[in-house]
Order: sequence, then structure tokens, then C-alpha cells
Amino acid sequence: MTRRVAITGIGVVAPGGIGTKQFWQTITAGRTATRTISLFDPAPFRSRIAAECDFDAAEQGLSPEDARRLDRAAQFALVALREAVADSGLETGPDTAHRTGVSLGSAVGCTERLEREYVAMSGGGEEWLVDHTAAGPHLYDHFVPSSMAAELAWEAGAEGPCTVVSAGCTSGLDSVGHAADLIREGTADVMIAGATDAPISPITVACFDAIRATSPRNDDPATALRPFDRTRNGFVLGEGAAVLVLEELSAARARGAHVYAEVAGYASRGNAYHMTGLRTDGRELAAAVGAALDQARLAPDDLGYVNAHGTATRQNDVHETAALKRGLGAHAHRVPVSSIKSMIGHSLGAIGTIEIAATALALEHGVIPPTANLTDPDPELDLDYVPLVARERRMSAALTVGSGFGGFQSAMALRRPEGRAA
Amino acid sequence: MTAVVVTGIGVVAPTGLGLDAYWAATLRGDDGIRRVTAFDPGRYPTQRAGEVTGFEPGEHLPGRLIPQTDRMTQFALAASDWAVADSGVDLDSVPELERGVVTAGASGGFGFGQRELQNLWGESPKKVSAYMSFAWFYAVNTGQISIRHGMSGPAGVLVAEQAGGLDALAHARRQVRAGRRLMISGGMDCSLCPYGMAAQLAGGRLGTEAYRPFDSRAAGHLPGEGGAILVLEDAERARAEGRRSYGEIAGFGATFDPRPGSGRPPALRRAVEQALADAGTRPEDIAVVFADGAGVPELDAAEATALTEVFGDRGVAVTVPKTATGRLYSGAGPLDVVAALLSLRDQVAPPTLNVDRVPDAYGLDLVVGRPRPVSGSAALVLARGFHGFNSAMVVRAPAPAGAVAARFAGGAAA
Repeated sequence: MTRRVAITGIGVVAPGGIGTKQFWQTITAGRTATRTISLFDPAPFRSRIAAECDFDAAEQGLSPEDARRLDRAAQFALVALREAVADSGLETGPDTAHRTGVSLGSAVGCTERLEREYVAMSGGGEEWLVDHTAAGPHLYDHFVPSSMAAELAWEAGAEGPCTVVSAGCTSGLDSVGHAADLIREGTADVMIAGATDAPISPITVACFDAIRATSPRNDDPATALRPFDRTRNGFVLGEGAAVLVLEELSAARARGAHVYAEVAGYASRGNAYHMTGLRTDGRELAAAVGAALDQARLAPDDLGYVNAHGTATRQNDVHETAALKRGLGAHAHRVPVSSIKSMIGHSLGAIGTIEIAATALALEHGVIPPTANLTDPDPELDLDYVPLVARERRMSAALTVGSGFGGFQSAMALRRPEGRAA
Repeated sequence: MTAVVVTGIGVVAPTGLGLDAYWAATLRGDDGIRRVTAFDPGRYPTQRAGEVTGFEPGEHLPGRLIPQTDRMTQFALAASDWAVADSGVDLDSVPELERGVVTAGASGGFGFGQRELQNLWGESPKKVSAYMSFAWFYAVNTGQISIRHGMSGPAGVLVAEQAGGLDALAHARRQVRAGRRLMISGGMDCSLCPYGMAAQLAGGRLGTEAYRPFDSRAAGHLPGEGGAILVLEDAERARAEGRRSYGEIAGFGATFDPRPGSGRPPALRRAVEQALADAGTRPEDIAVVFADGAGVPELDAAEATALTEVFGDRGVAVTVPKTATGRLYSGAGPLDVVAALLSLRDQVAPPTLNVDRVPDAYGLDLVVGRPRPVSGSAALVLARGFHGFNSAMVVRAPAPAGAVAARFAGGAAA
């Protein structure tokens, strides 16, 4: 019998409010969380805005020791994990540990601590031969981001396959896709799958400044991220995490778990073109969409919603619109397409799982979150991008897509569990 | 289920550039460990490492790629070229969407990252390279290889410190089994820059003098740089198209250790058992084990226990040729897979260097001093990643003509 994969728990740490409920309220209200950077002094930078999490480790239940030793990204992931497991009602224990794994996405790992330690050890960037005696006791954990997957595995009592998936900005789609593969093939019964990133630090901001990928709309941070809008001028960095509990569907049903959605299909492709550039025809993303729908045995017409990558760079808007037309045919013009990054920013690797969570919640509630800040639509882009206001729509399946540096193109199809009102 | 075989190999190792140079040096027992030359290591307790020598990027890569890549990416690109050439496959004959890339990395383009951190903090944001956004992140090698070889199929990147390289090969095998025509896969790491060395020192597992896994004097490992990139294909197709197979990626298992202090048993043995079961192989079929060989007494003891539990006391030849290269992080597993395949081909196990006092209590039959003849058609490779990642892979010698179909018809490897 074919093994299928259910999402039974969701935990989210996102700008605009910590927790899944706050996240859903933010993105359905069309409220933006982009603002002037407060985590460090952004004065020397071209783009001085970001979507930051108002995250207090103690308030979120982390011990002082965990707050001290863990990178911000790991802290986010741990908090999201606890919410997801509690939400799923899953009891993990010694009997199930071997069949439980972890797949955690992250694009830039523990950059925040790596940079902080570097500054201390190099005398503020003066010394090439850094002073190893000035290293903190947990520097190695930051050096190898797989430490974050380990942290989740220990917390969840998982002793099955455990990994970090780091495919740039599709990491959070690919980590969940990888986890679903492991359940489907029988390697695991339960997977803790998610993604986290905390990239709002000087080095990452400088990276994107250098290639003008981020928006310099510093005088109007709240409306800075404008996907599919004529006035778009780049993305705004975000941060956060989402963690899902995935279970084999029949086992989830047997224990009476609430099933948000089925991970019905997933595929990734590389564009084999350019590390940061995208071809205008969207061919590889379209191929990923097609392969994900095939695996899910869904037709384009079955899709009631597409969660877009929607980064508000011109090349992404063009690429993604072309890919959806190529991958979905005429249905591309009928299906609502929206970008929640317009509200919570682009949290690099984390956003993929955050967007899976948004898509699952859209199926659950029959509500499509809008694209905020889309007031002056680009006349060259002709899909329904759900401007400004959320929309009610009952649907049976939805798609979420991602695209990232390195040429990664990923797509995932989610389906409502059967036997529930469509 | 289809068999997945290795048809091309590219190696960048401290003991040799290219497969033939690496294997000859490995059998000779050449030692690739020397005083670090990439920077002045004088202020650090660890001053010796497995550095790759004689690698001139300009000889292997187009000039425009050099300023935009870290050294580990330059290694990965060169090795991927060699692997494709070695396989003899005409990539243009494989549809672009049917060929993909999965690599592992442990710590990214760290040397590139340190330089740009210095540019940012020592100079100003404007001095940060336009290539920084993609040169230091963990996904860079998959991206660059896919661009270089026009690989538009499945793309993946796995990170699990030293265990990740085997995980990547297993994931590439999954893609071939799912019907993709060809995958390039492996791992490559290089963190021999001052900040990389300092970070590794902070991990507490670096030694100072020599890397002596399973020796009573074991006191940490020495780091190295390099790894291996492989071409993986479906066995039947490779055979039909007349390509040589080095052997099959036959079995895989991955587990994670419980939290230290939890009192629960470690999980390495379970990874080994899963890999053997996945390959349809019994312990007695394994000719040689390429151990992880942490070089830290309690980790060595744990690995020895797992091996004796599965294979019995001195039940199988065990070797750690990475003693000649240092630990290569994500590169180590794929490089050991290469050594395992060639051991089966040549029926000889390469030696472990620096070790001559193995505690009896370990119950290990370690290959030391010189290569040892072995007989059999399967080998086991182990790789453990810091924090508790365990991966195990079984490789099998190429089956004689007709035998692959017969074995799968019999269901032994299902």
C-alpha cells in the first residue's frame, strides 16, 4: 500500500507575532511586519530595513543556558518545534524514537553567532590570524549548522535519520520534501520537518547590498516589499522558523490526529543557469511544478491557491509568472496567487516551511492570504495576485513554490485530508 | 528495485589529485599530513593538517569562476569534471531535467567567508564581494556543479558534518531509483583558514601531533581538505551503454544518537544493521570496513563496540585510510566509498597510518602497516558527524554480466 504523508502539527516563529495563531492573523489581515532594522545599527548599509521577530527567549520558554549557547536561528527552531509537537498531540518515546527523524532547512545556518564570534576573535576585523583563545565554548556548534538539527532531534527524542537541508532559499521546501520522501519510502514513520534562519546581521545585509537584491526603500519600510508591483525594487530580509510534524497518514488517522493537509507531491530542479540569475521562461520551476503535481496525482485545475515565491525582484516576478503559466497552463490565469513575503519578509531558507504552513492553513480555513503592498500592478504581469485583501475560498488542493540562489527551484502540492468539507 | 552504480569518480585529496594518484598513494601508505602552509599556523595548538598540494585553480577552471568561488568549490568543480570524464558519459545525450546534483558540505565556503567578514568589519560594507551572497553558503557546490554541467534535474544539499557525504550519495541513489538518468554526487570541504582552524579547535576534537584512531595514544584528529565527487547511474542503462561500473551503492542506513546523558544506547550499530539489511547483505559478506575512526578514545571505543556487536570479535578487516588525509568532513564519506570500491576491485585493503597499539579490548582487526589482501564482494563505509549523526553505506563490486538482473529477480536486495 502506498504510504502517504500528513501534516499533523504546525509551529511558527515569524515577524508580526510568535506562534501559529499570531502568524495566521498577521498574514490574513494583510499586516506588514517590515521595519527599520533594530537588531544592529544599520546606518552604513544600503538596505536598512527588515522584518524582525519580536523574540524574547525567556518569554518563549527557553532556559538562560539555551539562550546563551544557541544561535538565534536555533532558538527559533526550538520554539517552533515545541509548538508543533504540542499541536500534533504526538507522544514520542523510546518505542518510536528509531522511526522518528529530523529534516531541518537553513540557508545560512548560525551566521549570527559566527559573525559575532568572528568580531571578538579578530579584534573587529583587524586580525587575519584570529585569536582562538577568544572563542566562545559553542563556536563549533555555529561552525557546523547540523548542530541545529541535532538540537531538534534531542528535544523530540528522534533517533532516526537526521539532517540539515541547505539549498539556499528553497531549503524550507526541500527539507519538508526530503522528510516526506523518507516517510513515503518507509525509512521513517514520523519526521520533524522545518526550517529556520536568522540572517538579519551585518554580513548578510552586506551580501545582499553588494548585489542590490534588497530594497533600499528605507523611508517607507512598512510598504517596502512589493511583489508583482510596478514599483518593486527588491526584497526585504526576514527571519523566523516553522516546524511541522509529519506522520504517515494512516497512522495519524489511527491515533485520531488532526490532519491539516497531506504533503501530496514535491519536486526540486536546478536551473543550471546562474548562481543568482533566473531565466525568464521559468522552465525549471515549471518542471518542478509539473513533477510535484504528477506525484500528487493532481491536475492544475485541482489547485485552489498558489503560494508564490514572490520576492519583489523584477527577475523573480517575471520568472515565476512565466513558470506558473508554463506549469499550470490556462489554470494559471484562474487560480489566486499570493506572496506572504510582502508582509513577513524573505527569511531565506526558513520561508519555504513558513509558506508551507501558510498554505496548509489556507486549506484548513478556506482563506487565501493576500499580497500586501500591491497597489500599482505591473502591467506586464497578468495573473491574479490577490492584492491587499484576503479572500475566502474553499479548496481541495494548493501549491507552494520557491526559487533560490544556486538555481534551486522547488514546488510542493498539499491536499486537504479526505472526508472533510472541500 | 533498480541497482545504482558508480560510473565516474573525481578525487581531490591531500594524498593525490585524481583517482589514480590518490589510490596509488593510499596503497603505498603515503602520508598527506604536513605543517599548514595556507596561513601561518604558529599561534594555534594544531599546526598540521591534510592540505591539498599542487592544485592550481587556473589549470582546472575558467578564469571567471576563480574570484567567485571558495577553494572547496574549486575542488568540487574540478572533481566533477574528472568524474564526468571518467564515466565516459556524453552528458548531452541525457536530457537536462534527467540529470541532477546532490552534494554535502559541513561548513560552507569558510575561507571565502572569513575574507569577506574581514572586508566588512576591517573596512566597510562596500568592500564586501558581490560573490559573497553565494560563495560561502552551504548550497554553493550543488549550484555551481549544476551550472557547469547543465544539470537541471533534482538538486539537493545535505549537511550533517562528517556524516553528510554518505547521506548525499544515498539521496542521489534515491533519485536514480526514482527514474532520473544520472546524478553527480559527493562531498567536498575545506576549512583550512585561520577562523576555520579556530572553530575546529573550539570543537575540542583536534589533536596536535598525529591522527591515531583506535590507538591507545589516540588524542584527537587532524583536519584535512578535499573529498570526492561521483557519477551515479542505473546499472542496466550504464551497462547497455557500455560504461564501466566501479560497483553498486547497495545499502544505506542513517541514525542519530540520543542526547548525551540520556542513558539510551548509541545508534551507530543500528545504522550498520540498516545498511546491511538495505543491501541484502550479511555481515560475513563484508570484506572490509572503512571505519569512521574519530581518534577520540570514547568515540573509538563506541565504534569498536558497534563493529564487534555486528561482526564479532576481530570478525572483519577494519581500516582507516583517512589517517593519511585528515578528517575531510563531508568529503570523507564519499572518499572512503571510492577507496572501498577500489579495494573490492583490487581485492586489497589500504592501511591505517600512525596506529600500532590497538587495545585488545576493542576487538578490532585493524589493517595497519601495509595493504592487506581481502576477498569478497562488499564493503562497509561508516561516517559519523559531530553531535551524533551516524551514516553507514554498503558498496558492492560490479556484478558479472547477467547477475544484476538475476539478483533483483530473486528479490534479495528489494
